Amino acid sequence: MPLTFNTAIFEDIKKAYRKWEEKLNKVFSAKPERLKRFSTVSDWEINRLYTPEDNRDQDFMEQLGFPGEYPFTRGVQPSMYRGRLWTMRMFAGLGSAKDTNTRFHHLVNAGQTGLSTAFDMPTLMGYDTDAPKARGECGRCGVAIDTLADMEELFAGLPIDKITTSMTINPPASVIWAMYVAMAENRGIDRKVIGGTIQNDMLKEFIAQKTFMCPPEPSVRLITDTVEFGTREVPRWNTISISGYHIREAGSTAVQELAFTLADGIAYTEQAIERGLGVDEFAPRFSFFFNSHLDFFEEVAKFRAARRMWARIMNERFKAEDPRSWWLRFHTQTAGCSLTAQQPYNNVVRTALQALSAVMGGTQSLHTNSLDEVLAIPTEEAATIALRTQQIIAEEAGVANTIDPLGGSYFVEALTDRMEAEAFEIIQKIDDMGGMLAAIEHNYPQQEIADAAYHYQRQVDDHEKVVVGVNKYVTEEELPVETLEIDEALESLQIEKTNRVKTERNSAEVKERLERVGEACSGKQNVMEPLIGAVKAGATLQEVCDVYRKVFGEYRDPGIY
Amino acid sequence: MEHKRRVRVMVAKPGLDGHDRGARIIARAYRDAGFEVVYTGLHQTPEEIVEAAIQEDVDMIGLSSLAGAHKYLFPAVVNLLRERGADDIVVCGGGIIPDEDLEKLKQAGIKQIFTPGTPLEEIVSWVKQNVSPR
Repeated sequence: MPLTFNTAIFEDIKKAYRKWEEKLNKVFSAKPERLKRFSTVSDWEINRLYTPEDNRDQDFMEQLGFPGEYPFTRGVQPSMYRGRLWTMRMFAGLGSAKDTNTRFHHLVNAGQTGLSTAFDMPTLMGYDTDAPKARGECGRCGVAIDTLADMEELFAGLPIDKITTSMTINPPASVIWAMYVAMAENRGIDRKVIGGTIQNDMLKEFIAQKTFMCPPEPSVRLITDTVEFGTREVPRWNTISISGYHIREAGSTAVQELAFTLADGIAYTEQAIERGLGVDEFAPRFSFFFNSHLDFFEEVAKFRAARRMWARIMNERFKAEDPRSWWLRFHTQTAGCSLTAQQPYNNVVRTALQALSAVMGGTQSLHTNSLDEVLAIPTEEAATIALRTQQIIAEEAGVANTIDPLGGSYFVEALTDRMEAEAFEIIQKIDDMGGMLAAIEHNYPQQEIADAAYHYQRQVDDHEKVVVGVNKYVTEEELPVETLEIDEALESLQIEKTNRVKTERNSAEVKERLERVGEACSGKQNVMEPLIGAVKAGATLQEVCDVYRKVFGEYRDPGIY
Repeated sequence: MEHKRRVRVMVAKPGLDGHDRGARIIARAYRDAGFEVVYTGLHQTPEEIVEAAIQEDVDMIGLSSLAGAHKYLFPAVVNLLRERGADDIVVCGGGIIPDEDLEKLKQAGIKQIFTPGTPLEEIVSWVKQNVSPR
């Protein structure tokens, strides 16, 4: 049964549409359309008008249904924002643990409802600040964490038994998570109580974000260890945040972002099942992370299609029975790559529109980029404006009054269907290659993204795509923006701090604990308990990661362009 | 008639930063412009970049950094080239570079910095004007 109309009416609509178009063509033959081609930012061509005819195959109950009900096109919870607004979770990390702790307190006081941690490059790559490869990088794009002492300072005074924490960390995710669990336990908080997310999605690192340490297979093994441990020991934790964000930032189209992300989710599910876990034991703790890019409707369609597709994948492909396994719960970040260094105040407007499409798409949590993020780590003032943007959308604009307000729009429904169909085609291609691990080895997603990125850049250079302030409406004089500076002295202070931990700890115990980690890696034992023991004894991030590198080997970038 | 060798350029990603979208787009644009292109891939130390540049006999190195470590990494490459007697290799850079760092980097010997939004054509024509086979 179609969306609203009986089938007979489609013929009438078709006729009427043709008539209307004939009239319109006469107008355009006198004065042509504004553009030769109207297309989305992902270069999907868009029709002049959408009618019920475009949704004729859409069975309301099967394709849309109700919020909180299969296939969840209209939202994962029945109440959505009528019950509770999305979590406003601003990604923050700068300089030392103490600097970032100050920023966290500021954001919580400004009304933020969840924490989100950005780490510096050495931490993200599993190096301590004193590593030769880490020279010049300490605290520059996030916070430096070498030891448990840093983790304790980072969350000092924050109610981690009540507020959830997201940590954007990938190759060393297991180690950072072990530090977080250890920090909670040292404070007397049970590991069963703490809630949050580790990104822990290595497949998209090989595909797009490119922070990697060990080769794909052992990387996925470590992830499976965290999934298993979380299922049994830390039940409120999301052990993977399956991420399309970075795939999109690297230049993919919307449908590629969707397809590659869900294909990664399929790969993690298969691994955990192979480990002997039941799908309904772990799948409810998988969460997702998407980009909200410039093209408003394309993004809304992507979010809605994502929910429907994952529900179908879990139900039909993996035979999950628990409705929570069918839920695609997701965090959204507005598109960093859409911001411009030119006329940076325009970024506030871009971010507001992108945040709005995430909300129209039913996100569970949201980070809004700061206007100066294209230049440096945000200042406190810029981060506050970005948070206020969410608060204005939530509490002034009236858009959270009803659930899935764009549901039933001929255009949005047609776009949602197309998104689903084309993404499933890409997933089929990946299945035919032998799954995502094999596809990555063939450089399939990497190459597709590189092609899409280059195509878009050419369109910008040829003025086919407008970037306000960059290739159109350019001004010579620009308002200066004040940016945040990271203190040059930070690096040596951090090295001193870690050296102090090293002299004060029991080195025989650390050595023994690291050996336990090594044994777990070489064998089949889950690494998490040995890791928690090692970091509690004062092992540094790099000391543990060096064990990983030794046992599993290192991965090098193939350098494709 | 003597055939002039094509310009050889290296696109390099120093440091731990993984943002390679820009670097890879630039590498393609150089290739499409007719240059010979060497792309180092990610996570290179300044030492590795300089060694590879000398081995590959390039005329220019384009450094890309988007995670804030350019202040250390870019000058380190220039200094190492000087130590190796290869400072006739032109070094330019691009990425997320705040305005206040531009002058310092130029003084350190980075010949040109391309910040976000620079059209590919502009970068390619700069190379054509400023770099010739050594």
